[in-house]
Amino acid sequence: MARTLINMPKRARRGEVVEIKAMIAHVMETGYRRTETGAAIPRDILRLFVCTCDGEEVFRAEIHPGIAANPYFAFTALAAGSGTFVFSWTGDNGFAATESVRLEIE
Amino acid sequence: MRRREFLAAAGAAAGTLALRADPASATPEQAQEAIRALVGGGTLRKGRVKLDLPPLVENGNAVPLTVTVDSAMSAMDRVRAIHVIAEKNPQPVVAVLRFGPRAGRAAASTRIRLADSQTVVAVAEMADGSFWSGSAEALVTMSACVEGV
Repeated sequence: MARTLINMPKRARRGEVVEIKAMIAHVMETGYRRTETGAAIPRDILRLFVCTCDGEEVFRAEIHPGIAANPYFAFTALAAGSGTFVFSWTGDNGFAATESVRLEIE
Repeated sequence: MRRREFLAAAGAAAGTLALRADPASATPEQAQEAIRALVGGGTLRKGRVKLDLPPLVENGNAVPLTVTVDSAMSAMDRVRAIHVIAEKNPQPVVAVLRFGPRAGRAAASTRIRLADSQTVVAVAEMADGSFWSGSAEALVTMSACVEGV
């Protein structure tokens, strides 16, 4: 499993807007580069990042080769109630990774 | 100030060279085409979208980008998606950021690749069907995707 890093508060007040930062280790090979001998390096990128909270979608990023290596996304979520945030990344060559973080309402 | 001017000039020159050497680079026309396809029959207006990029980029492989849309994110006034388009990248569409009903604010940050000095455009797709755009210029001294391995 690829290394992931999620930065978000564990606790929040009801109605508060919390900031979420998610990063994953991935080369994001564009498919436009060539080796010294001129052979094309095949594309190997992430295609999709989705964040849901108890099954309801919060944020989604459709990823293209123009996203830098080790894709990073920062976004916000409305803390409507306690819930589990699930982060999932999918990409070329069957790449899949998921991570989850619990948010408690004080 | 003088150093900055030199870097700017050098960046512009390097950018021109990179563009000529790289046939895979898209053109601003292709980017316009992508925006037209996205907007469809609707109208695209300037404003409400703030795109933040460093004005001078030393390394085009990882350029921090923040996009903010002036929207209350209520049931009526909501941003559905933000499309990030870099006109001189091999593929103009860099990312599509979609916001669900539980997204707090219409803002997001990421890191993108820039193949050349160019104007990056962000198009916001609102829930009421309107489209708004904002742009930012970036001067790239070392571009992404031109180096070998």
